[in-house]
Amino acid sequence: MIDVIDLTKKYGNLTVLDGITETIREGERIVVIGPSGSGKSTFLRCLNCMEDPTSGSIMFEGADLTDMKVDINYHRQRMGMVFQQFNLFNNKTVLQNITLAPLHVGLKKIKGKEARAKFRAEVEANAHRLLQRIGLDDWADKYPSTLSGGQKQRVAIIRALAMNPKVILFDEPTSALDPEMVGEVLDLIKQLADEGMTMVIVTHEMGFAREVGTRVFFMDQGHIMEQGTPEEVFDHPQAPRLKEFLSKVI
Amino acid sequence: MNIVKSWSVFWEKFGPGGAWQRVLGEGLVNTLIIAFVGLLIGIVIGTLIATVKVMPKYKFLPRILDKICTVYVGFFRGTPIVVQLLLAYYVLFPLIGINIGSLNTCILVFGLNSGAYVSEIMRGGILSVDSGQMEAGRAVGLSYATTMLKIVVPQAVKNILPTLGNELIALVKDTSVVSFVAAVDLYKTFNEIGNRTYEYLMPYLAMALIYIVMVALISLGIKLMERSLRKSDRRN
Repeated sequence: MIDVIDLTKKYGNLTVLDGITETIREGERIVVIGPSGSGKSTFLRCLNCMEDPTSGSIMFEGADLTDMKVDINYHRQRMGMVFQQFNLFNNKTVLQNITLAPLHVGLKKIKGKEARAKFRAEVEANAHRLLQRIGLDDWADKYPSTLSGGQKQRVAIIRALAMNPKVILFDEPTSALDPEMVGEVLDLIKQLADEGMTMVIVTHEMGFAREVGTRVFFMDQGHIMEQGTPEEVFDHPQAPRLKEFLSKVI
Repeated sequence: MNIVKSWSVFWEKFGPGGAWQRVLGEGLVNTLIIAFVGLLIGIVIGTLIATVKVMPKYKFLPRILDKICTVYVGFFRGTPIVVQLLLAYYVLFPLIGINIGSLNTCILVFGLNSGAYVSEIMRGGILSVDSGQMEAGRAVGLSYATTMLKIVVPQAVKNILPTLGNELIALVKDTSVVSFVAAVDLYKTFNEIGNRTYEYLMPYLAMALIYIVMVALISLGIKLMERSLRKSDRRN
């Protein structure tokens, strides 16, 4: 589904990603772990071109996202992204946060007042359904500033989900949360995993990584140094750097 | 100076059957029109310029637009508004052979002038919005322009509302120079009363009072607007 070909990202003289080639298939749940500064967030952010790669290609369903002529907005609609800092739209209510993009994208294609009203109602009904799923439908008309961190992140996840993405990218989704709120967010991500959603997750939660991942990437110094199933990576690490890393975090 | 006499002379010219209709109906109205419509034009121009200024610059077009905006802001901030009015009314418009009248000229020039100032205010406002907001908008597949318009600018406007209020107040008071290009504003109409009676105390005092009341009302309006816009910040 996503083919990463010789992906390189440099900031000035600093090489953050050094020629990564990798394929992510549909239904996979890739967990990316590694020490800070290893390039794992940059890798994730290059997948939907939030960071423009210095060289290399990202092929998503046959389209090269690094090509300037490609309609990046269209492809991003099908690649959800969840941020460490949630990034809910502060000037929109919880419901509007979820419906904004589907409405904006959908209404452009629909002509006629009735059809538009019908579409709007459908999108809002879907948003309410998603909110009910995370138990926050009562908060639909509140603003994000009134939500707790865990609630914000769960809303951010269903905001991504509302676009019916093919894949969701998680950039350290629990790193900015109070410890007691980590569980509720991880539970929601696990639910999505059980439903077969393709995901790429950058995380420091090793227990979660082992539980939810189908494949684990260990990144160091801009390379995917080691990869494999959670059992292989966590129970039988090969690279000394990975052994050292695991001994520190587990 | 005899205040009572001054007042009676003023009231005779200003009061019932006098110049009050011209003062309030034409002078005050024109002052308000120039300031408010000017600010409106200024906000539109200022937002456009600010957007260009914060745009990523690796393509050719944004770089060219950026240069144009720099020249624009440089000119309108670098010259007094009176000079701009005179240039527009007596030089530029006659030169290109169009006549839109002195009031419209004033509205236009004040709008263009205010655009230069608002652009810097707005740029600061946009930069004050967390970059994560733009990222989140782009990540759900909205374009740069849509995210700017629907997410970033509304939050920026909220942040800069007090400063924008300042700009409106400055604009209201700056309109007192429009008689340079034969427009009728508050100053012009009160000055006419003074010229007819050679008694300037009361007309100018009354004029000052009206300016103060206008500014007080604007301040109040801004405060109310701020409160309603702050509702997304409140924990309710």
